[in-house]
Formats: sequence, C-alpha cells, structure tokens
Amino acid sequence: MAGENPVDAKRPSRRGLLFAGAATGLGAIAALGIDSLAQSASPAGASEPLHGPETVPFYGEHQAGITTEPQAYASYVGLSLREEVDRDGVQKLLRLLTDDAARLTQGREALADTEPELAGLPARLTVTFGFGTAVLELAGSSAAHVKPLPEFGIDRLEPRWSGGDLLLHIAANDRLTVSHAQRMLLKDARSFATVKWIQDGFRRARGSEASGTTMRNLFGQVDGTVNLVPGTEDFNQLVWNEDGSTTMVLRRIHMNLETWDEVDRSGREFSVGRTLDNGAPLTGSQEHDEPDFRRLTVNGFAVISDQAHIRRARSENPGERIFRRGYNYDVPPAGEDISDSGLIFVSYQKSVSKQYVPLQQRLDQLDALNQWTTPIGSAVFLIPPGCQEQGFIGDTLFAA
Amino acid sequence: MLSASALVFLAGCSSSETGEPQASPAASTIEAKDLWLKATEDDMSSAFGIIENTGSSDVTITKVTSAVSANTGLHETVPNESGSMVMREKTGGFTIPAHGELELTPGENHLMIMDPQKPLEAGDDVTLTLVFSDDSSIELTAPVKDFAGAKESYDGTPSQSGHGH
Repeated sequence: MAGENPVDAKRPSRRGLLFAGAATGLGAIAALGIDSLAQSASPAGASEPLHGPETVPFYGEHQAGITTEPQAYASYVGLSLREEVDRDGVQKLLRLLTDDAARLTQGREALADTEPELAGLPARLTVTFGFGTAVLELAGSSAAHVKPLPEFGIDRLEPRWSGGDLLLHIAANDRLTVSHAQRMLLKDARSFATVKWIQDGFRRARGSEASGTTMRNLFGQVDGTVNLVPGTEDFNQLVWNEDGSTTMVLRRIHMNLETWDEVDRSGREFSVGRTLDNGAPLTGSQEHDEPDFRRLTVNGFAVISDQAHIRRARSENPGERIFRRGYNYDVPPAGEDISDSGLIFVSYQKSVSKQYVPLQQRLDQLDALNQWTTPIGSAVFLIPPGCQEQGFIGDTLFAA
Repeated sequence: MLSASALVFLAGCSSSETGEPQASPAASTIEAKDLWLKATEDDMSSAFGIIENTGSSDVTITKVTSAVSANTGLHETVPNESGSMVMREKTGGFTIPAHGELELTPGENHLMIMDPQKPLEAGDDVTLTLVFSDDSSIELTAPVKDFAGAKESYDGTPSQSGHGH
C-alpha cells in the first residue's frame, strides 16, 4: 500500500514513464519495448501485453481526441461558468485545465493530484476542450458558429442534457483513468464552473476487435460506415478550419430498445438500408460497398427504401458531410423500465449550419429510424486548435 | 503549460570570504519543478513541489520570502508529544544533498505562507524567493490550486482547526 512506500507513492514509477515514452514515439519498436518491460514488471503474466502505458501526444496543431482512434470509454462533461467568472478568470481556468490535461495524458500526475497512482496508466487518455457561446464571448471571439441548432420536429430536448459553456471530452481505454482525469479536472474547475451534465459513453473494449472496426450501437447496427477519414484531403477540407479549430455537435439520442425489440430482422435492416451482420448496404455484400439506391426489387420497390436511414442521410452535395465519432450510452433505468440506452452522437465539421444542419433537416423530415430514436440532448461547441507547450487551449482566441 | 519559472540572484558569495575554492552559488544549481500553492482565503497557504540540487555540493535553503506575505517560513511536519502530526519551523533550513532533491509535500516538508495580504485564488500565479545559506537566491513562480488537504496544525497552539496561528 501507499503508506508503506512513501517514496514510490508520490509519483508514477520511472518504469511507468518509460512505458509512456516508448509508446508515444516508436510505433512497432515500442510495442516490443512494452512487452519486454512488462515482463520484468510482472513475472507472473510474462507475455501479457499491457496497454495502460500507451499515450497520445497532447500538444499539436489540433487538439487530440478528434482524429485519435476512438478509445473504449469517453466522458463528456458540460460545464456552466459561474456568474462572476470574467475574461481573466476563464483564462486562469483554461491554464489550470490545460496543465492537468498535458500531464495526465502523458501518464504524469497533475499538480496537487491526491491519487497520483491513478495517473500512471494513461491508456491513450485524451482530453479535448470545447467552447460554448459564453466562453467565446468572454474571449471576444465570434460565437456565430456555435449558436444552438434550429429546432427539429423529432427533438424532445431536456435541459439537463443540453447546452453548456465549456466542454471537457475525456477518453481513454481504461475507465478508471477516465474517472481519475475527470475528478482532477473538475476539482480544478470547481471554483470557476459547475457541472451541467455528464454523459458517459462506451464502445467495444480495446483488443476485442481490430482497431478501426466501425462501431456497433445498442440496436446492434454497424454505426458510422460512411464517414470522413482523418488524414484525407476530404477530411481536411470539411473538418478543420484554417486556425486548426473545428466545431462539434453533441446530440444525446435515446434509443427505444423496447419497441425495437418488436421489429424483426428484415424490418430492422429495411429501416437503415444495411444488413445487421456486417453493415453492407442491402444492395451489396461488404460493409463499404457503395449502395445502389436505384436498384429495385422484383416487385418494383426500391431495395433501399425511400425512408431508409442511409438514403436520407446522404446528400447530393458533397460539401454536406461530417465526421462522426459517437459513443453508446447505457444508464440505470427509471421505474419499471429495464434499460435507458442510446447514442451519444458526436460530429465534427467546419460549419454546423452548412454541413450538419441540412443533413439533420433531411433526417428530421423523414427517416425510418426516427420511430425508435429520440434526440433528448443537444449542444454545440467550438473546438479550439491545439496549443503549444507554455500555451493553453484557446490561447489564440483570447490573444486575437 | 504551468511550470515553475525561475530567476536566479547570485548575491554575496560566502565561499570567497572563507577562502575556500570558488564554488558555484547555491541558487545556480537549483532546479524547481511541479511547484504549486494551496489556495486560501485569508489564513495560510503552503507551497509544494520538488527542489532539485543539480550541483556537486550540498545546499541549504535558509529562507523563503514572497511579496504576497510578510510571514513565511520553512516548515516540517513531525509528531508532537501526544503523537499528532504538527508542523513547525525547520531549524537550520532545508539542506539538499549534492545531486539530490527536496520534496515538498502536503503533510510533510513545505514552504509556509501565513496571512497573505489578499486571498490566493485558484489560477493565480505567486512568486516565491528561496534564499540559500550563501545568500544567493532564486525566484520561482507557481500556480495556485484548490486543495482540500494540507490542513496542518501548527505546533504550540491548542487549535485543532488547522488554522493554528
């Protein structure tokens, strides 16, 4: 226990830091390094590969946590600034939180960290910050890009899942790491802000399936097949602003598993236009086959129906595309219900109004999936560019 | 990123007075990292972090000063007669061995800042000056953070409130 070994207890072990450093820089060689170090660390489980020491760089042109391969666990925290917090105050807050994030993501304890042992296994921890209208106005920056979405007919928005002045998006492949980082960040935010909402999300655990596999939602669907691919020209054109920023739409979409249970397999596939087993379009055989929207059945009906989700989500305008990076949620139900589940829909795009809104308007007008899904939360944030050492997230907006 | 920034002042070099071979001023071999202070409304704060001696001679911190308070000190935490942990002035200062480091930790050694002239609030930066036995000194700037711990009792007072002065 910590009390018996006060020296080691104070900081992550040097071995832990070595792991983290190796995993960051050296790719395949690092993997070997981790294995061999892991052997010396735990003779009992000699060949067990350990992922806890892996890190994602914090500093850079863009914030981490967007093009990062999605980690298994994410926590989205919406904060409301306290009334008395002014421009100077919000900068102080951002400096504190940036420092915490810079340390924790690299497997180092934060300053004043009371549980430093929990910081030693970052498991690809990322902390991504988003600014709502209030923070942008304090920065003296335009908030036009993050105004609330127009009302959609299908929305049943609840204030407890909506809005927020400052977003913390914390993600890692280890749930304990996420909890510790969240607690540390919120301890430093407490003097400046209150928690408006916290949304916990998850995907498949790391190592359950190959990285890069399209995620499945709790309807069992392959969710996110058609997506912008980080690093491509398309992605750069449609996601990143010139200064390295982007915008994020976060929608809490309740999924009614009870009524979904009433739908047989063919009805489920019909509603989306894809098969359930591998996500292939109903006109194809592989997940990434291009759907043939003109193909008809022998009876003359469209194979991918007019109200199928994938038809409605597609625009003729190639500019109306977004980068999706969502998570599942599953929280304790109320009353007689046995589940309360859904999707934390997250999209990144240069322009909310030109890319996300037209897409969502089409889905709002007609989408077979709307029978079982209900948006209950909504928030829009500017995701500032990344920062350099000595800087803080958002510093360029405050300097302007 | 918040890291302690340092300014070194190389005041009167005592080694030349004693006629010993010229040694580096103590402050020039000091590196501080991960420094921070506990936020406080009006009574007391402490500074924590790691003070590293990169030199080949021992150095001794004899004093800490700061513009935010006229009442500052070097404190250690020790058990009193009844076994409770209490803090008290570190007699003779903190000596950091050559190539060694001093860890300043809540509940253990720390730099004490009593009765600050104004509240030290989370996110503020505070400058501290460490003075060494050869009169050289180093200025360090560190952030203030909210911290629930570090409620040391001050030796010699009956108060158990943690505000013992």
